[in-house]
Amino acid sequence: MPLLGESFYTELLAKTLVLAIFAMSLDLLVGFTGLVSFGHAAYFGVAAYAAALLSPEYEAANLWLVFPAAVGAAMLVAFVVGLFVLRTKGIYFIMVTLAFAQLAYFVFHDTALGGGSDGIYLNLKPSAELAGFQPFNLDNPVHLYYFALAMLVLVYVFLARILQSPFGRVLVGIKSNEHRMQSLGYITFRYKLAAFALAGGLAGVAGFLYAVLFGFVTPELLSWHHSGNVLLTVILGGMGNLLGAVAGAFAFTAMQEVFGSWTKHWQLLMGCVIVAAVLFLPGGLSAIPGRIKRTLQGDSIHD
Amino acid sequence: MTDTSRNEALLVADRITRRFGGLVANQDVALTLERGKLHALLGPNGAGKSTCINMLSGDLPPSDGRILYQGRDITGLSAAERSRVGIGRSYQRTNIFPKFTVLENVRLAAQSRRQQPWRIFSQAMKLQWSIDKAMACIAEAGLAGNEGRLAGVMSHGAQRQLEIAMVLATDAQVLLLDEPLAGMGSEESAKMVEVLKRLRETRAILLVEHDMDAVFAVADTITVMVNGQVLESGPPAQIKASVAVQEAYLGQEDSFHV
Repeated sequence: MPLLGESFYTELLAKTLVLAIFAMSLDLLVGFTGLVSFGHAAYFGVAAYAAALLSPEYEAANLWLVFPAAVGAAMLVAFVVGLFVLRTKGIYFIMVTLAFAQLAYFVFHDTALGGGSDGIYLNLKPSAELAGFQPFNLDNPVHLYYFALAMLVLVYVFLARILQSPFGRVLVGIKSNEHRMQSLGYITFRYKLAAFALAGGLAGVAGFLYAVLFGFVTPELLSWHHSGNVLLTVILGGMGNLLGAVAGAFAFTAMQEVFGSWTKHWQLLMGCVIVAAVLFLPGGLSAIPGRIKRTLQGDSIHD
Repeated sequence: MTDTSRNEALLVADRITRRFGGLVANQDVALTLERGKLHALLGPNGAGKSTCINMLSGDLPPSDGRILYQGRDITGLSAAERSRVGIGRSYQRTNIFPKFTVLENVRLAAQSRRQQPWRIFSQAMKLQWSIDKAMACIAEAGLAGNEGRLAGVMSHGAQRQLEIAMVLATDAQVLLLDEPLAGMGSEESAKMVEVLKRLRETRAILLVEHDMDAVFAVADTITVMVNGQVLESGPPAQIKASVAVQEAYLGQEDSFHV
């Protein structure tokens, strides 16, 4: 690993990069469109499984085919699920997204399609060869991590651009006041569906990277625990802030490791931190710079 | 009064009825909104004014009857579709995007006329036509100079003006305004009445309002509703002289003064 050097840290960093991309994709829904999806792991998992299932067993798959295919599969599933779930609102939306994700979980858990509850291995990393030329080699750990890092940057830039676009402004308008958007002539369902499919596809980018980085996929990737973890990451980082989602991912994995090394009941400690963060730091980690600035300037100026 | 050549019937409610279970909130209500005219809808609380405006804007489907826009039946269209046709509405409770600037509130309304959602890599703040349109509508609603302010922190009156600006930015030919003067001071109120007079010249306006002085000052036609039905409809002089209207409001002094 170029930055740190030890395999323990490389794996940790890989996990963090994947979670950061995953969290940004969810933030498009939760933080910018106002859609609290509690089943986002389904699209992550679909892409991870697609990567594993589409790769030949004893041969490296072509990255330029399997990557778009995996992301496309996640996007397609999200689009179809979106057709149904986006007809509901509030608590019903949360429950129905969860229900669809559980459905997907049990498809992989209880059928032979993806190796059942054991999951399947992705033996060989996809080859980046393109017409005889190989720009990078994912078997090389250095290349692999730079590839993941590049994906993180790309997803960030992509989302940041989208949020500045007329399309993105409509999403933020829907979050702020969907009823008003409708009376202004926006058919908000279509915009929400596009956002839902897009977020599913980006979750698929994370899922694909996970499969390639770790070389195996299990039904747990689609489980509600995983959906819950990414939602907590977004909340911890601060909803509606892409860099916050990245910071949340770093904080989340760091806490998982630190608390995990202290006690096997690490989730108890993690829960306490999340509760404290929600109570004392509304706006999450992304609100910290503003707070520091305000403290330095003195509160009186700000008001 | 306005000249008759422009009196084109834009929106017609053809005996619309709305039932909520056993309750008939609107029964056979008939209204015609003409370009160049301001039509006021009056009535005590619970008379069915809100139900009526909700049916016209598409927020509530009628149980019976038809709604026509320029002769075309639009009864089945949603609120979003009616906005695209040319019907704009403001709400009784201020309905804006409080965390956006005034400019962005109105720009978003303008953008709705040319949505191009697939252009996800263009920048909204560089869509010059939407900004120009927004600036013009902000000025028309009397808010020039406030473009950069956060909508949520403005005075109540200014927020109501902002709502009007948003409706204007959608190119609405029919304005359905639900109590735009509610909660305004007399100075703000007078300003808004001037705005309404100006807007009426080229559009059709339906005004639901409690402020009688304002209504009689600007309305070309007044329709009075009681118990979900039209009691009387006609020019202000006729309504003022109407015995039926006088009787209907006798003893309802708190909510209605003629």
